[in-house]
Amino acid sequence: MNTDFGLNKHLKSFLYAIWIPAILVILWTIGSNTRVLNNSIFPTPQKLFGAWYEMIISGKYLTHVISSFSRVIKGFFVGSILGITLGTIIGLFSSAKKSTVALIGMLRPIPAIALIPLFILSLGIGETSKVAVIVLGSFWPILINTIAGLSTTDSKLLEVGTIFDKSKRQVLFNIIFPSAAPYIFTGLRLGVSSSWTCVVAAEMIAASSGIGYLISYGREMAQPATLFIGVFSMGLYGLLIELLVINLQKKAIYWIPNSK
Amino acid sequence: MSIEIRNVKKVFPIKNSTIEVLKNVDLKISDGEILSIVGGSGCGKSTLLRIISGLDNATDGEVIIDGKKVDGSSKKDIGVVFQEPRLFPWSTVEKNIEFGITDKLTKEEKKERVKYYIDLVGLTGFEKALPHQLSGGMQQRVNIARSLINEPKALLLDEPFGALDAFTKINLQNEVLKIWEQKKTTLIIVTHDIDEAIYMGNRVVVMSSKPGVVKKEIPVELPRKRNRTGTDFAYIRRKIYKEFFEETEV
Repeated sequence: MNTDFGLNKHLKSFLYAIWIPAILVILWTIGSNTRVLNNSIFPTPQKLFGAWYEMIISGKYLTHVISSFSRVIKGFFVGSILGITLGTIIGLFSSAKKSTVALIGMLRPIPAIALIPLFILSLGIGETSKVAVIVLGSFWPILINTIAGLSTTDSKLLEVGTIFDKSKRQVLFNIIFPSAAPYIFTGLRLGVSSSWTCVVAAEMIAASSGIGYLISYGREMAQPATLFIGVFSMGLYGLLIELLVINLQKKAIYWIPNSK
Repeated sequence: MSIEIRNVKKVFPIKNSTIEVLKNVDLKISDGEILSIVGGSGCGKSTLLRIISGLDNATDGEVIIDGKKVDGSSKKDIGVVFQEPRLFPWSTVEKNIEFGITDKLTKEEKKERVKYYIDLVGLTGFEKALPHQLSGGMQQRVNIARSLINEPKALLLDEPFGALDAFTKINLQNEVLKIWEQKKTTLIIVTHDIDEAIYMGNRVVVMSSKPGVVKKEIPVELPRKRNRTGTDFAYIRRKIYKEFFEETEV
């Protein structure tokens, strides 16, 4: 009885989520097959999925996906360690905050993508410059949210630490860090989606593999199907990563009821 | 534990001027006594508790506990129960209560003590629950257990039942009295509920606002357990009401 209800609910929300994309696909199919949509820009779905299937069978697709993912993982890993460490220091010490507030305010509005040429000049055209873009892209949201989380601990909870004569270390690990966890997680979530945007941008400018590369290759070779494989893959993996992170967040921040 | 408040004064700076919250407060609380402090909002009664517990410093005057002057750094045998439960939302009932332990204990001893106090406040079966899964009254029980776990010699309660419904409130008042009978902890209860003050206290201190001063001390010489609807109770209640409403003739 209960599980039936749950299944029904899942089905319902799935249908809600899918109906607009389904209509778009139908319009696209009709539009491209009747040539209302220019076929040299919008391939028909048959052509797109045919090309995608071929690319998967030949193994090329997997190579591209793996190279994008490995860049994201490396960059995001370094970016989150840097963001959390520096964010903790800045969030805890007001002197560190005062000393960095102007610097952060100035540097943060610069999009990581705008620095790609600089990274290529200084780090070369290889993997390092691409990973560096992702490091920077994930670093900012994680840094900002970690600072916010650590500097906004509820003073009423901090007083509980004082009342029970807890050491600074105990207060840090038992009160300040857990209070900041939801913020840090929000930062990680924004960071991972920013990493994904950055990897594609970096690959479009200088790479010989990856999903971003598929897009720029498709454009250069006038192969709209290849271009769209890249674009759709971006959206698809972006969505999967988002779902994964939301699930992890629910498990990690278990004490906030109905956290979404 | 005996607590003596000598000529305590507290001044808060507000913008360019200052506001006097407490003025020349003198009080003596003897060991094992229950003192109720009543007053309207803004009379400084919570500030007084914060000064006794060492969370705030007095501008002038001193607090003497068992013959020793209190300063911020001294280790206190005083527990504080705030109006809000102030529980850690990420910790279970068990872990929240365990956080209160300040003595060096082994894991086994801690576990045993936590179990004893969970039982004492009637939360057995809820050890693994998270605060958001509990009602307001149950959260307040956790709060009380967390303060009791150090077996403090004095317990300061700052409007501890203010946010609870009437039934839960009466229930918890009786629970606290039961614990007091067992442990003979010195209790100071700050409240704006006159009935609560009479029901709990051996003595009721009436404070008036701006600046907060002790207006009157009224002993409550009624046997426990007290009858809230009795005539003696009503007599004391009338006396306290007169303290608050004489000027305005309400």
